[in-house]
Amino acid sequence: MQATSERSVRPERPLSPHLQIYTPLINMVMSILHRITGATLYVGSLLLAWWLVAAATGPDYYNYVAGVFASWPGKIVLLGYTWVLMHHLLGGLRHLLWDTGAGYDLKTIDILCWGSLAGSLLLTALIWIGVAASGVL
Amino acid sequence: MAMRTPLKNVRYLGSAKEGSDHFWKQRLTAVSNFFLAIFLVWLIASLAGADYATVKQKLANPLIALGLLGLVLSGTIHMRLGMQTIIEDYVHEEGLKVAALMLNTFFAIFIAVVSIFSVLKLSFGA
Repeated sequence: MQATSERSVRPERPLSPHLQIYTPLINMVMSILHRITGATLYVGSLLLAWWLVAAATGPDYYNYVAGVFASWPGKIVLLGYTWVLMHHLLGGLRHLLWDTGAGYDLKTIDILCWGSLAGSLLLTALIWIGVAASGVL
Repeated sequence: MAMRTPLKNVRYLGSAKEGSDHFWKQRLTAVSNFFLAIFLVWLIASLAGADYATVKQKLANPLIALGLLGLVLSGTIHMRLGMQTIIEDYVHEEGLKVAALMLNTFFAIFIAVVSIFSVLKLSFGA
């Protein structure tokens, strides 16, 4: 009984190694980024809802909201949103592939991770070049 | 004071029969989100800089509206499940965790109903 009654005082036991102890590897970084981008898109859903509400409200309010998105801070947010969406989209594909049990040798993991990172940047650039080419920006 | 462990309480009761439900819905909506996110990027890119009449007309198009409703439904389910996992991973205090999980569901439903109402208003409203 004495052993259990002293349990309220937590002994100083060594902790298992955590994030700060590991050298960041690309698969680990991309895994963390997948979660961060997901959380960002969660908050970013407010922007889509705001845009839809504005369109449903009327011309004056829509023009105001469209003006906010078209401003420089607005454009930077949308550029970030585009990259975050592309990153999470390609990361999602990577995880769906891994869910099948395929692609787990180290070389393939590296290729998939670096590939989806490069792909997210490339797709973001292509989307914005496409929009810029239409003369909107 | 109960001397039994939580494990003892549930042993031999069998599983809750919903172990893979969260996992499966996350993957299901991930697949639909893949296509719907591409649709969204196309839609927004094609409407960037457009005047109000054009935006309204396009969003009232049945195919566009259906795509948006699908995206909102699939997206809010997916983001609710994802945030639930994040909360369960990082919030360990029971009361705070339950509150966060409730807020998570409320937020997802808020986004969904606001967006769906807007799309329907654009489709059917004056």
